Amino acid sequence: MRQHIRFYVGDTLHRLSDLPPDLTLLDWLREQQGRTGTKEGCNEGDCGACTVLVGRLEQGRVVWCAVNACIQLVWMLDGAQLLTVEDLRGANGQLHPVQQAMVDEHGSQCGFCTPGFVMSMVALSTQVDLAALEGTLDEERIINEALAGNLCRCTGYAPIVRAMKKAATYCASNGEPIHARMQEFITRLHHLQDGATVELRSPAGRVTLPASTDALAAAYAQDPAAVLVAGGTDVGLWITKRLRQLPHIIAVRSVQELHQIETRPDGALWIGAAVTYTQAMPFLVSHLPAAADALRRIGSTQVRNAATVCGNIGNGSPIGDGPPIFIAAGAELHLRCAQERRVIPLEAFFLAYGKQDIRPGEFIEGVCIPPQAPGSVCGVYKVSKRFDQDISAVLGAFRLVMAEDGTIQEARLAYGGMAGIPCRAKKAEAALLGQKRTQATLRAAQAAVKEDFTPLSDMRASAWYRTTVAANLLARLFDPDARHAPSGAPTLQNWQELAHG
Amino acid sequence: MVDPHRTAGHQTPAQPDLAGTQPASVQQGGEPAVVGGASSSLRHESAHLHVAGGARYVDDMPLPAGAVHVALGLSSKAHARIKHMGLDAVAAYPGVICVLTAKDIPGHNQISPVGAGDEPLLAEDEVFFCGQPLFAVVAQTRHAARHAAVLAQVEYEDLPAVLTVEQARAQGSALVCRSLEMTRGNAQQALAQAPCKLAGQLVVGGQEHFYLEGQAALAWPGEDGEMRVCSSTQHPTETQHMVAHVLDCPNNLVTVEVRRMGGGFGGKETQANIVACLAALAATHTGRPAKLRLDRDDDMLVTGKRHDFVIDYSVGFDKQGQVLGVDMELAARCGWSADLSGPVTDRAMFHADNAYYYPDVRLRSMPLRTNTQSNTAFRGFGGPQGAAAAERIMEEIAFATGLDPLDVRLRNVYGTTERNVTPYHMTVEDSIAGEVMTQLAEDCDYRKRREQIRAFNRTSPHMRRGIALTPVKFGISFTATHFNQAGALVHVYTDGSVQVNHGGTEMGQGLHTKMVQIAMREFGLPQDRVRITATTTGKVPNTSATAASSGADLNGMAVLAAVRTIKDRLVAFAATHWQVPPEQVRFIAAGVGVGEALVPFATLVNAAYMARVSLSSTGFYKTPKISWDAATGRGRPFYYFAYGAACAEVAVDLLTGENRIERVDILHDAGQSLNPDIDIGQIEGGFVQGAGWLTMEELFWDAAGRLRTHTPSTYKIPACSDRPRIFNVRLLQNAPNREDTIFRSKAVGEPPFVHGLAVLHGISDALASLDEYRTCPRLNAPATPEQILRVAERLRQHGGVKDEQA
Repeated sequence: MRQHIRFYVGDTLHRLSDLPPDLTLLDWLREQQGRTGTKEGCNEGDCGACTVLVGRLEQGRVVWCAVNACIQLVWMLDGAQLLTVEDLRGANGQLHPVQQAMVDEHGSQCGFCTPGFVMSMVALSTQVDLAALEGTLDEERIINEALAGNLCRCTGYAPIVRAMKKAATYCASNGEPIHARMQEFITRLHHLQDGATVELRSPAGRVTLPASTDALAAAYAQDPAAVLVAGGTDVGLWITKRLRQLPHIIAVRSVQELHQIETRPDGALWIGAAVTYTQAMPFLVSHLPAAADALRRIGSTQVRNAATVCGNIGNGSPIGDGPPIFIAAGAELHLRCAQERRVIPLEAFFLAYGKQDIRPGEFIEGVCIPPQAPGSVCGVYKVSKRFDQDISAVLGAFRLVMAEDGTIQEARLAYGGMAGIPCRAKKAEAALLGQKRTQATLRAAQAAVKEDFTPLSDMRASAWYRTTVAANLLARLFDPDARHAPSGAPTLQNWQELAHG
Repeated sequence: MVDPHRTAGHQTPAQPDLAGTQPASVQQGGEPAVVGGASSSLRHESAHLHVAGGARYVDDMPLPAGAVHVALGLSSKAHARIKHMGLDAVAAYPGVICVLTAKDIPGHNQISPVGAGDEPLLAEDEVFFCGQPLFAVVAQTRHAARHAAVLAQVEYEDLPAVLTVEQARAQGSALVCRSLEMTRGNAQQALAQAPCKLAGQLVVGGQEHFYLEGQAALAWPGEDGEMRVCSSTQHPTETQHMVAHVLDCPNNLVTVEVRRMGGGFGGKETQANIVACLAALAATHTGRPAKLRLDRDDDMLVTGKRHDFVIDYSVGFDKQGQVLGVDMELAARCGWSADLSGPVTDRAMFHADNAYYYPDVRLRSMPLRTNTQSNTAFRGFGGPQGAAAAERIMEEIAFATGLDPLDVRLRNVYGTTERNVTPYHMTVEDSIAGEVMTQLAEDCDYRKRREQIRAFNRTSPHMRRGIALTPVKFGISFTATHFNQAGALVHVYTDGSVQVNHGGTEMGQGLHTKMVQIAMREFGLPQDRVRITATTTGKVPNTSATAASSGADLNGMAVLAAVRTIKDRLVAFAATHWQVPPEQVRFIAAGVGVGEALVPFATLVNAAYMARVSLSSTGFYKTPKISWDAATGRGRPFYYFAYGAACAEVAVDLLTGENRIERVDILHDAGQSLNPDIDIGQIEGGFVQGAGWLTMEELFWDAAGRLRTHTPSTYKIPACSDRPRIFNVRLLQNAPNREDTIFRSKAVGEPPFVHGLAVLHGISDALASLDEYRTCPRLNAPATPEQILRVAERLRQHGGVKDEQA
């Protein structure tokens, strides 16, 4: 057992043992390391001013992820390479191509959000050759996605997007400097991987970073009062906003076995508890193509880089976007307590607002999404005040299994935002079963869905809006304009193809 | 060719270049100009620091030894009497040094910026809004201060709370300041005699500033009662005065300094005083440097926002769509204290005509006191709300007459020789709104696209498109005439390097860059020889807020005055020293031309120093021509107007109310721009901020008066993908200011914000398709998806609201 964590910041190796469990990376950088280039804008992972790059070994390569330092806890960095805005200049002091492009294109005004943008843009530069996509809609989409988690109040984003495109041309001609150091980073990170369980103790509490699922199960069984933390995008706010003390944290992402994601021989998709949304995205998009657009709008790039799919389930939120999507897909949840395992339908996990079917010491090992029946009609629609990085007012995830004769054989209509838990619209489903996909059936289902729910009115939407939209979203499933599948129904998401100059 | 550097969007329509700047190599008089000097584009003076994390904001300054940290305890009630403030647990929290309440204030517990006496720094025996600061915890660490602050046990006795404009009107709530009335002609008579008339109501929401850098201040106590405060403030002088007032000391003991802010937008004009005063109070009590940086949630709960308005209007017009008479009442939610609500509601009226002539008119403001955050300055300062009412009236007339809204707008736009008097009796001498609108409409193919959109909408069940083109005419000057003054202090050192100080503050708008450019152009120096320094009350005193778009106009002229004073001395010296006529001494990029000879600037400066010539000067400027008398509602409050027009095309999903801006074209008047690239940045950013205000940005208070949108997870400002898909922004070319402003430029901070109105009206146009364009949708702001869906349902079910006959 190791009693310290090790990670690189820039070219310096840090070895920390006396570490409060709730010390955020942002506070550590700014208050203890004098790295004030990383800014605090909101302290809850929404504005991106504190974006930093975390590099980790994945399949022998270093993968760079932009994350929000305000809701990363320092202990999460064990075995990682951290880069902040101060680390980007080259050996001769020259600016990184992204920094230079931001200067050239007037991408900064007040400059406070700028370091965060720069880090998100550098992350993108290490991942995608944007120059090869120049002028395409994919280029626009990729930039929008990469920057959705960075707020700017001054520029209106236009010069930042121009800078991103210019940086891509700079990188295309002269190379991306961080990527160029790949081998060096691989070598140094290899030396930090020892597969040991880590236990950190400080006067403020302790952190357990188990190396195996068994070690996690044992530690949690021994102290069921401990708080399990995977990506920390939710628990981070307990610390920064609710000011909660967390005397014992057990990490999830230190367990390599839980990083497993695979399509099983029966066609089911297995997602382990430590898999982030970013890691799961290619698998999820191919497994649930209709959900692709909604999945890309979960949180932001920084949030999806940290947040796990199973954490999105485990926190039991009624407005998480993952659960209704997975419920509609018929997912099952795999739970474990000490050596005991059980499997339940995902929808059965959510009992009531703030209450889940989970026992002390029990944790999620993974979620399994069965193969989608051929001929399924699927649609997933997220509706929020702002298009990107907003919590849904309503999310509807629908799957109809059609019989040979064109009648609806099975209907799963799952909603988020409509009740205290993510749940299915049973009356609306009943109205569909055995019916043909006609406008009359649609009207019956729309009437029924209004009976299914009594949603809340809050700052995101009124009960009237939620109910009306819940019914209207069904119309997209039945849209005669949908060219091939309901996901082809015109929405603002796919509207770009129709826009004109 | 359109320079891609100054246009956005990947589908630029073929058209003449309107974005042109004069070539950087030549300027007036044919002298070779300094690269990057005023009237050409130069990158932001801090850009290289911004991108590398090297630009320091208040919270980034290395903490002085022994510094303490402050956190605030806030009211949880909208209106209540404080029965007991239990602070024992707060004081007992490990690391806490002291807990300060109103009783601990040595001077005046009063920070009303207008002397209204209604704004205690810390609550005394009554709280007036949920979020009002009650006490300040001073601790060894910020962590300890924050954790301690939430331990207070406060007992309240609830009092009735007035939360909204509706409630305030119903209950006859007090006003925070006097109401203003503007009248010209006889509006009642004009309305009675008009062949057509209608009346309606516009509700337009507030807006959180969401500067990315929250409010922060660091205060150092010095000897003999001195206090130095580094504050994220747009108004260092007022912050200085407030700190002195609270500490009960003369102004000369307090120095306030600000290098830059991480955004301001008006939110740090008066609101910065709260944080600076409390940091200074903690520093006084502990004798140690003290820092207060508000957590984002506290920042949003404590500080004021843009005023929301309910505007009732009646308009009389003829069948050709010409306005004959207007009567308007503009009621604003001002919050718990006066703050700047008087001048804000005044400016709403100054812009309730936007760009249109009202032959007979009566306007009244109603600044209502409510138990909510004290609404304050925000880019536009009430002007955008007033302009929103003018545009609603134009839209109403268009639907009533069946005319294209653009034609109604063009019919009513101010003339230059007639139909050119405002409701406040100022003659508009420089109106170009009509020309700008006409030119933009041609450039962006407005009329053809409008037809295409209507054709599209006829066959699209759920997706609808809309288009609108709206103008802006924005009055430039503080309406309080005495604020229209500025000072500067310029030093030339013996090595020929120059330091520029002035009273304005840098919040991202590029003011410091423009000031550097003025000195560069005048002295013929490159950028690396001209250094701008932090703004400090110790160098330039008695300044006005950097506000009202006036920063470059006022401070630029002050800098120019200081520079020219020094230049005049250098010219006189050189003429004598080298025996040439003074007119043969010229400051150019290559050096100083003295007759036929070329003398390096540093050589001249050093020679002048040896001859005991002063190389330092102040500069002062006051805006000419202006006056305003609120008592009579008459005057010339504005030196000039800035103009522009925007055309927005949007798409709306009628199943959900989701919407998106597809294309925006803007043509904007920045006069002879001081820095075209920076001005384009102001226009792009101002537009997106304005569009955010009118669409997704929604402030939500619950029934108990608690603001529930106090984080970026609940309050949504535009994100990257919300910018217009196609975004063409151009500066009006060959349009120098007719008034003698700094190098004939025009102010550009606030006017572009108003361009956001094109989006609201574009959405409205899309919605109107539901009723075959028969009914004015009367879409209120913010046009959130829910608001849009409600209007859509109304138009579907009832064919629109019936016009109330006035």
